[in-house]
Amino acid sequence: MKLRVNGQEFDREPAPGQCLRTYLRDLGWFAVRKGCDAGDCGACTVWFDGRPVHSCLVPAFRAENREVTTLEGLAPDGQLHPMQESFLQAQAFQCGFCTSGMIMTCASLGEEDKQDLPFRLKGNLCRCTGYRAIEDAVRGRAVVDEDVAGRACGSNIGSTFATGLVRGREHYTMDCAIDNLLHVKVVRSPHAHAKVLRIRQDAAKALPGVRLIVTWEDVPRKPFTTATHDEYHCNPDDTYLLDNVVRFRGQRVVAVYADSEAIAEEACRLIEIDYEVLPAVFDPEEAMQPGAPQLFPEGAAARIDDPARNIFKHTESEIGDVARGFEEADEVYEGEYFTQRVQHVHLETHGSIAWKSDDGRIHVRTDTQTPHLIQEKLAYLFSLDPKSLHVFSERVGGGFGAKQEMLTEDLCVLGVLKTGRPTKWEWTRGEEFIAGPGRHPYQMRVKLGARRDGTLTAIELRAVSNTGAYRNHGGEVLAAALRSPVETYRCPNKKGAGYAVHTNAIPAGAFRGFGRTQTTFAIESAIDELAEKLGIDPIEMRRINMLREDRAPGAEGSTKIYGADQCVDFVEQALNSGRGEPKPAGDMWREGRGIAIHFHESSPPSQHRSQADLFLGPNGTFHLANGLAEFGNGSMNAIRQIAAQVLGVRAADVETVVADTDRTPYDAGTFACAGTSVSGKAVELAARALKDRLIAAAARRLGCPVADGKLIDGHVVFAGQSIGFAELYRQTPQADQEFHVTRLAVATPNSPAFLVQGFRVAVNTDTCEIRILQSVHAVDAGTVLNPMQLAGQIEGGIAHGIGTTLFERVVIDEEGEVLNATLRNYRIPAFADIPRSEIYYADTRDPAGPMGAKAMGEAPIIPISAALGNAVKDAIGVRLSSLPFSADRVYEALYDSELDWPGLNKRWTAELDQAEQLTELQRDNVRHADEAPSEDVPNEALEKS
Amino acid sequence: MDLHTITTVRRPRCPEEVETWADGHAWLAGGTWLFSEPQVHTDTLIDLEGFGWQPLQVTPEGLKIAATCRVVQLDQFQAPPEWSAAPLIPICCRSFLASYKIWNEATVGGNLAMSLPAGPMIALTAALEGTCTLWSRDGAKRHVPVAQFVTGDNQNILQPGELLRSVFLPQAALEKTFAFRRFTLTHQGRSEALLIGTRDPGDGEILLTVTAATLRPYQFRFAAGVTSAQVRGALDAAIADDMYLDDTHGSPRHRKHLTYLFAEQIRAELSGEHS
Repeated sequence: MKLRVNGQEFDREPAPGQCLRTYLRDLGWFAVRKGCDAGDCGACTVWFDGRPVHSCLVPAFRAENREVTTLEGLAPDGQLHPMQESFLQAQAFQCGFCTSGMIMTCASLGEEDKQDLPFRLKGNLCRCTGYRAIEDAVRGRAVVDEDVAGRACGSNIGSTFATGLVRGREHYTMDCAIDNLLHVKVVRSPHAHAKVLRIRQDAAKALPGVRLIVTWEDVPRKPFTTATHDEYHCNPDDTYLLDNVVRFRGQRVVAVYADSEAIAEEACRLIEIDYEVLPAVFDPEEAMQPGAPQLFPEGAAARIDDPARNIFKHTESEIGDVARGFEEADEVYEGEYFTQRVQHVHLETHGSIAWKSDDGRIHVRTDTQTPHLIQEKLAYLFSLDPKSLHVFSERVGGGFGAKQEMLTEDLCVLGVLKTGRPTKWEWTRGEEFIAGPGRHPYQMRVKLGARRDGTLTAIELRAVSNTGAYRNHGGEVLAAALRSPVETYRCPNKKGAGYAVHTNAIPAGAFRGFGRTQTTFAIESAIDELAEKLGIDPIEMRRINMLREDRAPGAEGSTKIYGADQCVDFVEQALNSGRGEPKPAGDMWREGRGIAIHFHESSPPSQHRSQADLFLGPNGTFHLANGLAEFGNGSMNAIRQIAAQVLGVRAADVETVVADTDRTPYDAGTFACAGTSVSGKAVELAARALKDRLIAAAARRLGCPVADGKLIDGHVVFAGQSIGFAELYRQTPQADQEFHVTRLAVATPNSPAFLVQGFRVAVNTDTCEIRILQSVHAVDAGTVLNPMQLAGQIEGGIAHGIGTTLFERVVIDEEGEVLNATLRNYRIPAFADIPRSEIYYADTRDPAGPMGAKAMGEAPIIPISAALGNAVKDAIGVRLSSLPFSADRVYEALYDSELDWPGLNKRWTAELDQAEQLTELQRDNVRHADEAPSEDVPNEALEKS
Repeated sequence: MDLHTITTVRRPRCPEEVETWADGHAWLAGGTWLFSEPQVHTDTLIDLEGFGWQPLQVTPEGLKIAATCRVVQLDQFQAPPEWSAAPLIPICCRSFLASYKIWNEATVGGNLAMSLPAGPMIALTAALEGTCTLWSRDGAKRHVPVAQFVTGDNQNILQPGELLRSVFLPQAALEKTFAFRRFTLTHQGRSEALLIGTRDPGDGEILLTVTAATLRPYQFRFAAGVTSAQVRGALDAAIADDMYLDDTHGSPRHRKHLTYLFAEQIRAELSGEHS
């Protein structure tokens, strides 16, 4: 088959059922990406004879004699199409995985099309940005600042990989061509709880191209946990590579390695497995009841707190005397809240490729948030010397916590060890839903008491989390859930009880917000309810009770650490400003507003270490290596900005390497806001040490006092004298050692960051639609290292929060089957769903953080659900206590409420209830069209046409 | 996605070339649904593209839409000015969950043949009193109203190998006035309820078409002057509670609520009342 791609002729036969996307990728056009593989996300958008199409849905054979344009060919070599330039200037991406499709779509739009971006961009999903930056790009707004020496921090410095990305030259995990690849596919359990009795693999083995089939009998019986964490004991080992007991529907049972994905899939279908089906339990409260099915009956060996009741982690603590606190209260509120299972939906699915090099080392190319921890875990699992393993990422397409797990690397390394062949496993989008981690569902009971003046006298929280069949992060998520949302308020009497409970649900895992989002939803909703009982304005209620400056942890010292007061003021003023959309016309629309706050304890709950390696090269530029992961979080850019600021150079003068166990020192990975707060701190320490050495060396050479030395634009400058870095390097003995430093940072100490989200909403009491009229977010983030990136992180968090509040929900039936394992049926926010937010920064500085910055990676999602719930309550007087608030679920809440609804269709049904029954005569007026006689059909006309 | 089980693609120039039909065969129109899910029971794709059917034909009797007419072609159709219901065409095209980029490949016939409750081409052609022309492999033809072509969620009357050739919209329907109501849980998402009413300019008869909320389309003819109670009574009598769709795009109770709400709004609008 002949066709032209990007102006070049190709001649290659497609496979019969091949789609255009994989055909193009086989030709080496890797910018055509797979996000959903089903036409929903648009990451694979290309031009087909000049028209944009989703290439995953186009049969490859139809490309015969056609002209295809991919992002790589959008502009002639070395040039940029205006839309590529716009995306560069607006930095309209974070992880960048959606960027190819986004640019190919936007570049196809005419001026008239650009008037309706909600419609034109509905087929391009971005999970990172919240779409504001993408709109900026389409509108031609430039956001990026010039990279000026000495002004790296505080400037909108563009990403390190921006140019390559918009040209389609950056490579994600699967964007490489490796010969002789083996492909992994797995047989997954159709039962939520079962014992594997017998596996028949003869038919599969006989299939040509099948090279290896692995079951639980063929792998080391060595327990591990898929969760990755610096502190080994956080997540006790509970998993085997392959097991003869399955504890959730979708658990992998057999791995097949074959010459192609098609053969591996066919082999999986030929494998027959006999199971002894065991009783299953899906609700955590039921799982704690006596007689419930036990997931880990082996008892203490499973290292769970109460095996008989399936309780992995039980934690309880009380300060003061809660019972007395409630006695002292004038008003008490108690309520139950529920959060649903949601999925991360990082656009790049999990996947990795492993191979052995001639020197016998194994290389693992993967999309992970924790490359060094993956290296350690693989070394343990396969009893290998960690030095024999090289784990690295190029670009990573999103994570949000889902890639703080080892889910694919193990079976790839196993394939390499058993066959010697390079091995690849790329998850489908469906696998993300049925076997990937999601957010822990929480069932919560919160009780608050306060005096008439609003002062809280007692806070009590009971939280039950469904950690699913395995415990991936369940204990730490529970700890975080019980900590900062409760610590947000001053109160002498507090009590918390938490249970992380095993069920036969799909394991949950680390998820942006890490448990705090769930309990903040409960507590911040309850604060509003209590304020209402007391007749106190909800914003005032928070001012009365929130952590004050003198009580904020780490508040010692003279600098302004505390910014909560500023943030609350910003949001209140903005909500009162009249900005945003007006309430839509019509009596059915009710307007309301609400806020929620959160003091964010940003550090990873346990020990977290990061090392930075920094040296000056002979040509006067710096080389920075740190093991953090960059998956859209912007940390890679932030650390080079920190180094550049300290060293007085442009950000571009700091060549930066991350996420590679061969090329970077140890780092515990990027999660829990550690990118800036811990890796950034290590880099700052290293840069300051190197700065001191540069000044000292220059002072020696020039005979100047060290105290006078400054680093300015690539020179060490003294009064009247200066020396360039390259020259200083040349003149300094053993400069390669003298100007090479390594520093370590750990997670503590740090100061809490603070966030406030405010919404004005309108609720349609006829349809139950919730419409956001205004969104305001204020953060106390300390020094803002890169305003553009921080805004992106906040906007992305808000968007993620809006999606998980208003409609996202993994639906699982009573057998444990996921009913909406596609992006078509699990909707994430599209452009049209996300309003533009006003964003405000408190003027603060954190003495503990790098350059005065606080950590702000995952926090902005945390207050979103509660703020929306509070605004809806204000609008319609009904407290929505169960996420999500999709219109159909709002309808159920209103339907069940005892309030009298002027809206809904009671307006006309009430009228009808009084109406007479239909008379026979009236019935004759009504004819069901299905009964239409067939002679109605104009056959004659049809025949002629 | 790659359909790994496909072993054969046939690209005939006319339907007569397809003499045999077997389990595992599938007609391929735009391919936008076929390639969006694994099709492990399909091994042969038979491409309709080579038939070269004229996408749209205006005749004195109405509009003939070939099954292979791409949604983008229908969307861009310039209707005669007297076809007062023609604005429903672009409105319904905008009622897809799918992006307009997918319309570049997706076909009208494909949407009908998929027979999903939210299929907006079903809503459009049912409301405009369309008739499907079906060709079976033995050469027999039959004509069926769109509202009877779809029988359930992803179910229709097509026999194995039978081909949906075209949909014909009669001129009388195209010259009616109309009212349109739609709701989606996410902005521009999949229709949770999509109702269309048309009104005969002559006798004032209202034809109400209920789609998306229900497993299959329902249609009601009301004489001029129909009351709220009559509309409600007709809905009550025709649509059982278990015929409202239950999936992630809407709950059955909310879909029923929207159906009644929109039906009344459409009745009032077409009757010239202020709702």
